[in-house]
Amino acid sequence: MARKTPEINGSSLADIAFLLLIFFLVTTTMNVDTGLNRMLPPMPEQNTKQEDIEVKKRNMLAVKINKSDRLLVAGEPMEVYMLKDKAKEFIMNPNEDEHLPELKEVDIPLIGRRKVSEGVISLQNDNGTTYRMYMLVQNELVAAYNELREDLAKTAFGKLYSKLTPEEQEAVDKAIPQRISEAEPKNVGGQ
Amino acid sequence: MPAISTASLPDIVFMLLFFFMVSTSMRDTTMMVSTKLPEASEVAKLKKKSLVSYIYVGPPTREHQRLFGTEPRIQLNDSFKTLVDIRDFISSERDAMNESDRPLLTTSLKIDEETRMRIVTDIKQELRKASALKISYAARQVDRH
Repeated sequence: MARKTPEINGSSLADIAFLLLIFFLVTTTMNVDTGLNRMLPPMPEQNTKQEDIEVKKRNMLAVKINKSDRLLVAGEPMEVYMLKDKAKEFIMNPNEDEHLPELKEVDIPLIGRRKVSEGVISLQNDNGTTYRMYMLVQNELVAAYNELREDLAKTAFGKLYSKLTPEEQEAVDKAIPQRISEAEPKNVGGQ
Repeated sequence: MPAISTASLPDIVFMLLFFFMVSTSMRDTTMMVSTKLPEASEVAKLKKKSLVSYIYVGPPTREHQRLFGTEPRIQLNDSFKTLVDIRDFISSERDAMNESDRPLLTTSLKIDEETRMRIVTDIKQELRKASALKISYAARQVDRH
């Protein structure tokens, strides 16, 4: 029958267990909540009449989503994947086109004099739009801003945006301010 | 045959215990609506959990469908609520916070992706009235394709 086997040395099992424990501690993360952060505009005072802030037509990019999740950008139908490039072109106005936003020269700490776009992206949705489409569009717009900031971080500081110091990040944010306005709700296109 | 030494069994058990303690986060609310979050690539992390209050919107889960139907509903804490309750909810969340933290209150909107925007817009209007202006649209992080 079986030969007498020598007893397994168990003293190192604890070490193995601790090793595994540390491995899991390092590799697993608590499920952190992630999301797109936004700031809502404050509610207008009740007694004061709300005056529409005049925004020049060239400074505004109207993004509308209808109830069947179709996109209308500056009066033209568009697919979602094209929105990011359209938004980037709108924000930067590289050729100083007079139909695209005005550029204002601003002194920015750490970067110096720079043309800052006055453009505002106005997002309007219908009551029947799905939340998924809404988030898709929001995400594309934020992506446009993030890519532009990333580019500027590379040219101005030669680093990734996430590697910049808070002051440098602030300077980049100032050079490319994120202006996404969520218009007052309107029931466009019916329900 | 000599018995296998069980001296290290406690270690293994402790290891498992620690593993589960770390990997699962305590959920203080029971979900009564199902929220399949939309995907997004540009998400930012919500840093301090104590500053965040949650609003869930989505179709009620199977066991609640008989009473509440299948249309998206709002859940605050542990019960179904309506739009008008949001203001009270925000002010009670504010009261529970430190005075110095109150302006930092962030509302995380966990909304099912099939929800129509009508209810979302209404919630946003209520939050504006309650001047809880910092919001975060909860999303699952995906890489850009």
